[in-house]
Amino acid sequence: MRGYSDLAADHFRHPRNAGELPGANGVGTAGNPADGDHLRLAVRIENGRIVAAAFQTLGCPAAIAAGSMATELLRGRTVDEALRLRNRDVVAALGGLPPGKEACSVLAEEAVRAAVENYRIGAGGFRSHPHHEEHHA
Amino acid sequence: MTRSIYLDHHATTPLDPRALEAMTPYFTEEFGNASSSTHDWGHRAAEAVKKARGAVAGLIGADADEIVFTAGATESNNLAVAGGARSRARAGRGRHLITTAIEHKSVLLTMGALQEEGFGLTVIPPDAEGIVTADAIRSALRPDTVLVSVTAACGEMGALQPVDAIGALCREHGTLFHTDATQLVGKLPYDVDAVPTDLLSLSAHKIYGPKGVGALYVRRGVDPLPVIIGGGQEFGLRSGTLNVPGIVGLGATCAFRREEMHAEAERLTALRTDLWRAIRENIPGVVLNGSERRRLPGNLNVSFTGCDGEALIMALSEFALSSGSACQSAKKIPSEVLLALGREPGVARAAVRFGLGKSTRREDLDLLVRRLIEEVTRLRSLAPQIA
Repeated sequence: MRGYSDLAADHFRHPRNAGELPGANGVGTAGNPADGDHLRLAVRIENGRIVAAAFQTLGCPAAIAAGSMATELLRGRTVDEALRLRNRDVVAALGGLPPGKEACSVLAEEAVRAAVENYRIGAGGFRSHPHHEEHHA
Repeated sequence: MTRSIYLDHHATTPLDPRALEAMTPYFTEEFGNASSSTHDWGHRAAEAVKKARGAVAGLIGADADEIVFTAGATESNNLAVAGGARSRARAGRGRHLITTAIEHKSVLLTMGALQEEGFGLTVIPPDAEGIVTADAIRSALRPDTVLVSVTAACGEMGALQPVDAIGALCREHGTLFHTDATQLVGKLPYDVDAVPTDLLSLSAHKIYGPKGVGALYVRRGVDPLPVIIGGGQEFGLRSGTLNVPGIVGLGATCAFRREEMHAEAERLTALRTDLWRAIRENIPGVVLNGSERRRLPGNLNVSFTGCDGEALIMALSEFALSSGSACQSAKKIPSEVLLALGREPGVARAAVRFGLGKSTRREDLDLLVRRLIEEVTRLRSLAPQIA
């Protein structure tokens, strides 16, 4: 995989946390399936912290690697820390992406924000700590 | 690291060792300038070029003095389109051009540059099979149309174009007809009289010749204005010292292709047909891009819906594949050719081009199908389920 770091290539070939997330209480999507560019990210938040994250994507190798890395970076973060995650952080953690492919990781950033927002408005399904967002208001 | 199995023969092909053998002396001991008329070094180089010119002409039913050597198909296309259009415009014949949405950039962007010079341009889209019909060209023809350029076969989705009907139409209308036959010549028969052709571009490296050399067929009496000017080589149409070894290699490969292309076309058509059948029977949700019957023998272009084509190509790293629109693959833009066929962006982005050639063996394609099944399944399992 020319232009991809070994780490990014590994995240593409062996994505971490791929699939559905049991007990998710925040789900967000970015991109558009009709355009062949779509990322769905789910988080489980307990006591204001992300305890688990998972992703699904229809996208290029960079989108797959970024989705995978984003789920790794999210674990253990507070909700506010999650909202501060930027695509450049994901790209840096992957050891860079080929020129022109950095933009593909934006989907992951957008989906993280959407998942956290989804959690905050309480549309994320089961919630074990319904009032904790007061800490972040 | 082991080498991947090469399935990108539209991008380029390996040099035929017999062509290399023919070329080799012209790099070293026979280094003469083919334009040097005062000594035997020049004469021997000129003789080699003459032989090559005859071999290229023989492949397409032309006369030797109708072959202009260039540095490749891009240059041939530039010369044909810009030179042909400007020559006809200068003669007061008009300033309208017609081309198609499935051309190589060296045609489309030359047309675009001519637009900036004040030419009018009509770009015809293909039908759902990837074919530009003669009727579509007919309805775009105007009294001031000076040049029509239609590829003989699309390099991306392989569809063969009805150049015989389009060429006849242009002849009847008195319009120059140019075809970019880079992907077809040497793979399928082409005769510049059977297909009424004024200008035809071809390239050596697509047909087991060397890179950096090609030719433009220019029908006698057709007088494009040169793009590269200088010493007046190549009948004044392409100045510059002749690339003698490259030209010898082009001539050699043309001679071999003329003898061998029929059997090879038959072999590749059978392999391609079986590959498509195996894909279709084993993987749901696949879409063939381009006509099933009217296509280049070695070309298969398939969209694996629910996958990203680039992801699939990278996942199949033991095969050398491409999407066919290399210039765009770094950007998130689906293939313009596949969009022109009417594909949704998501389907266009799911496309992979399989380019079979001389080295392709049946067992390579059996392995390919097994790996496609695995990787398409894996990538689809990563995708969000859409309710």
